[in-house]
Amino acid sequence: MNKNHYRYVLRLGDNALILGQRMTEWCGHSPLLEEDIAMANCALDHVGRARLLLSYAAELEGEGRSEDDLAFVRSDREFENFLLCELPIGDYAFTMARQYLLDTYHYHLFTELVSSSDETLSAIAQKAIKETTYHMDRSRDWVLRLGDGSEESHERMQVALEGMWNYTEELFERDPVDVQMIAEAIGPDPEWLHSKWQADINATIKKATLSVPEKKWSLSGGRNGLHTEAMGHLLSEMQHLQRTYPGLSW
Amino acid sequence: MSDSFVNDSIEASVSKSRILAVLEKVCDPEIPTLSILDLGILRDVICHPKHLEVVITPTYCGCPAMKTIEFDVIRALDDAGYKEVKVTMQLAPPWTTDWISKRGRAMLLKEGIAPPVESKDSLGQGIECPRCTSHDVSLISVFGSTACKSLYRCGSCFEPFDYFKCH
Repeated sequence: MNKNHYRYVLRLGDNALILGQRMTEWCGHSPLLEEDIAMANCALDHVGRARLLLSYAAELEGEGRSEDDLAFVRSDREFENFLLCELPIGDYAFTMARQYLLDTYHYHLFTELVSSSDETLSAIAQKAIKETTYHMDRSRDWVLRLGDGSEESHERMQVALEGMWNYTEELFERDPVDVQMIAEAIGPDPEWLHSKWQADINATIKKATLSVPEKKWSLSGGRNGLHTEAMGHLLSEMQHLQRTYPGLSW
Repeated sequence: MSDSFVNDSIEASVSKSRILAVLEKVCDPEIPTLSILDLGILRDVICHPKHLEVVITPTYCGCPAMKTIEFDVIRALDDAGYKEVKVTMQLAPPWTTDWISKRGRAMLLKEGIAPPVESKDSLGQGIECPRCTSHDVSLISVFGSTACKSLYRCGSCFEPFDYFKCH
């Protein structure tokens, strides 16, 4: 097994799964009926993407584990998602700001992965990029609406961005896993992604009459299994059924 | 559809047309009048020595109907006497609404769902109200009752309707 290849795909799957799980928390609680449906639709795309990626990661690992084993019986230290994905949903401004930052990240990432030397990853990216474009249009719209909206919505969107800004550097870190993926033309250079991402985000923030937060400090560790306190609570809910009734299936 | 539908021997193509006739009755569980052929998600049928392989592609990554469709394919072929059937999932090339057949588009319209206009234009100009054919329509939400549909409202008959969005 190529451990770095496995971890690269696992990380992509974990980001999709954990963010998808967070998004489902809005089901039945969104501010508008249409938003409730939209959020559930987008969450479904993320969970679907997670299934494809985790199935593939399990195949690469070659130890007989399934997508369900990876999703439901790993502990928090074994998950390698970005910390940004696991942060609690906060208010709607926080949720949509996070969606926008990550949709834009995924948009550029999948655009590059379409031409990955890994055919399976390329196939997944070809599907995911179409959905991500819809997701990004919607989350960008919310950043603009709330930013350039009332005094309160503006304030909330600015606070949301400030609150998550220090978690964004982790998206573009480069460790030996990334170095090998770049060398094998499997994945793009995070530094390149960063410049594309930053340009889009800056333009939207400006258009939304918001200001780009100042980076005061930076938190990372998710990609190496070091998570925030929120992660354990998320997993206890997501994994409840399989932990209580191991091996249960439809 | 892949070339394997047209390049085979006459014997194989006869049996394939029988299989396709069976699969024509397998419908999308969300739109029960639309067959998987008309929806364009049936990609191939491969006759192996000991089993039949049916290749399908998902519309969206998280489409919850895929498992049901897989079971429905197996059940329909089992009823028709094909006992050894394997359904495989193919992701690339990704499904596009351009693969919905003419008949499929007519079926959508009959169900009150406006068919996709053009794949380049994701939010579609020229969408027609499936009830009164008016073009005076406005978007309510990009995400409708399922991931593949948006919700619109007609300005002439004032009815809301689903639009099968371009993908």
